[in-house]
Amino acid sequence: MMTSLMEALGPYGFYVVALVKILAVFLGLSLLVAYIVYAERKILAHLQVRIGPMRVGPHGLLQPIADGVKLLLKEDIIPQGADRVIFWLAPLISVIAAFTAFSLIPFGPDFIIAEDVNVGLLFLIGVSSLGILGIILGGWASNSHYPLLGALRSTAQLVSYEVALGFSLVSGLLLAGTLEMQGIVAAQAEEGVWFAFVQPVAFFILFVAAIAETNRNPFDLPEAESELVGGFHTEYSGFRFSLYFLAEYAAMVLVSSIAVTLFLGGWLRPFAGVGWLGFLDFTPVALIAFAAFWCAREALRVPAGLEWRWQRLFLVALAAGAAVVALALLIPQRGENGLEFPVLAAIQGVFWFILKVCAFIYGFIWFRGTFPRYRFDQLMNLGWHFMIPLAIVNVIFAGLAIVVSRGWGWNLTASLWLGTAATLVVAVLLARRMV
Amino acid sequence: MEKTRGVSTTVLGADEIVLNMGPQHPSTHGVLRVILKLDGEKVVSSECVIGYLHRGVEKIGENRSYPQFAPYVDRTDYVAAVSNGLGYCEAVEKLLGAEVPPRARWVRTILAELQRLASHLLWLGTHALDIGAITPLFYTFREREEILKVFEKYCGARLTTHAFRIGGLLYETYDGFEEDVKRFTADFDARIQEYEELLTENRIWVQRTRDIGIITAEEAKDLGATGPVLRGSGVRWDIRKAFPYAAYDQFDFTIPVGQRGDTYDRYLVRLEEMRQSRRIILQAVDSIPEGPIMARLGKVIKPPPGEVYHSIEAPKGELGYYIVSDGSIQPTRLRIRPPSFVNLQALDKMIRGHLVADVVAVIGTLDIVLGEVDR
Repeated sequence: MMTSLMEALGPYGFYVVALVKILAVFLGLSLLVAYIVYAERKILAHLQVRIGPMRVGPHGLLQPIADGVKLLLKEDIIPQGADRVIFWLAPLISVIAAFTAFSLIPFGPDFIIAEDVNVGLLFLIGVSSLGILGIILGGWASNSHYPLLGALRSTAQLVSYEVALGFSLVSGLLLAGTLEMQGIVAAQAEEGVWFAFVQPVAFFILFVAAIAETNRNPFDLPEAESELVGGFHTEYSGFRFSLYFLAEYAAMVLVSSIAVTLFLGGWLRPFAGVGWLGFLDFTPVALIAFAAFWCAREALRVPAGLEWRWQRLFLVALAAGAAVVALALLIPQRGENGLEFPVLAAIQGVFWFILKVCAFIYGFIWFRGTFPRYRFDQLMNLGWHFMIPLAIVNVIFAGLAIVVSRGWGWNLTASLWLGTAATLVVAVLLARRMV
Repeated sequence: MEKTRGVSTTVLGADEIVLNMGPQHPSTHGVLRVILKLDGEKVVSSECVIGYLHRGVEKIGENRSYPQFAPYVDRTDYVAAVSNGLGYCEAVEKLLGAEVPPRARWVRTILAELQRLASHLLWLGTHALDIGAITPLFYTFREREEILKVFEKYCGARLTTHAFRIGGLLYETYDGFEEDVKRFTADFDARIQEYEELLTENRIWVQRTRDIGIITAEEAKDLGATGPVLRGSGVRWDIRKAFPYAAYDQFDFTIPVGQRGDTYDRYLVRLEEMRQSRRIILQAVDSIPEGPIMARLGKVIKPPPGEVYHSIEAPKGELGYYIVSDGSIQPTRLRIRPPSFVNLQALDKMIRGHLVADVVAVIGTLDIVLGEVDR
């Protein structure tokens, strides 16, 4: 579809399409980040016997926008003695690094900004690691002790967990046989299994390292509020602070996207190969229809009275919009083998990708509501004495399993599971040594 | 930068920095200021600066009549106002030689134990929050709210209650008081279980509190530490047992102690204390005697010349009142011995050699309230 569009637009087609994609990703991502914050507040609230934001819009649905506007209107303070240039530059580095990386994320079969980049994953890891530079510089340029300690912590943390993260990615790459992001998903489609199910240890390590990489609880030491006040962004305010905020959540989406692409089949639908589960293709329609139904029901429950009319109008508009989208997805077309749904087919991949990313992020939020925070030395201990050795052992066993299955003709899945079992034995030994 | 303080910035080692923690800091539990000398993140030495909340409560006491001063003591440890009031009223009663009617003593015991629960719940929530677990705070506040509702129904105030009067009680218990208290205690054990599920066996929680801020029994005694801080080190000392006051000699309860004297032990001790408080409340609420609630005192409270020291087991430790009377309607000298102030002295000993993250854990485990430290 994209290629035909590109050709139709003539010599500038490539640039136009690329620009459209960049805008779609940038705006979509900013909106996604805003609503992840909303989701986080709501989910945490419900974990904590509260109800969360309820005031701005129905069920607080417009809260992220109000928050954004508030941050933009705040005074931008640069502390005395701060290195002004670096102080100004640091949040930009974080946010640019986080957003640049998205150019290589395949949201759908043909929805990727930079197609066919053969060093894909390597480039991704490189760019996303750059984000930490923003944190270090920001902490240093603030000329204050708390941010300095926060920056120090994040440096140590990032350096250690990057290693574990890298090794867990290698385990996945051994199976995919390519660094190109679309190729990785294609490999999973070919194998008929998501790599998380044959490399569970690598997936687990990636998950934990991802939490550490994004400074989320229980590894949120760089900004540990109860210890370092705000950590590296203590001195930041207003728009600059919101850039850090944006970068942090974009980084969350980014690591989730990498994990989803490499281990959870990217844009593939669950059970893509099972014929009788074909009805799962209609999940997007069902979900959006449910959203329409929910909004309509809430609209009816809005109290009578003039002061509530905007609430009601907003909900009705949401319900109508969702209903229109749901119907649009069901536009039929007569194809070769019976009815086809071209619109539904076009968004199918993107839908599953975003759903998986959201599930991953839900895990992040759940962790935050459950765990206390590690201490600095304990975090290092866990990283160097458990995660990294385990990741290395896992790579070795995964490699062995692949060699064995190729050389002796063993079943690949079975030999990988054998390798996983061996890795788990090592994990138990390592855990014992730690305590 | 401070130069005259114990942590001098002029004699810093090459790798050392001075970190000023507070008085505005999210987890110094008020306006405590701790000046830390750090080697990397390791605490080399520390110095507490207090007084940011000093209101001269003791001096005010010398310029008010005895009943007039009673509301002021609520504002020392403002999260355990009932306990403060109990200590003060009993001290004055001791000075007067007044006999408080049993019914008043029973109600005082119930309210004081409820206050202990409320104070410990607040401690647990904030302590967990300091260590990074954000959720227990909301669970403990949910239960604390029920206790505050009982206070509100009893005397109209939730925080600074002024629940007791010298000689007994001003208010009779309201209709349904017993039911409210019983309803609260009925599922409280299950609630403690909920907190324990989140924390007690959580690896991170254990790692963050085990062997942190150790204080031996000897050191604790030398520093004059009392309450859970002392009991966490294995000293079985509780004023409720040692010098029973109110109606504590009537009830069956045990004094939990720890073994290692670390933060984790103090955590377990306080959780067990909550269970014991529940036992006391259950026993007391079933046996409230009938009768008057106020002793027969004169219209004007005018104790004979003399002095008295009376202490009670407040949620945070030994809370003592020393009053000197010259026979007039005002004390000539009034001194409060607050548990937080004395326990806070252990801070430096407990955090040396630990990391910055442990400092907030230790401040949390000491369970200080700055209103009481500064007075």
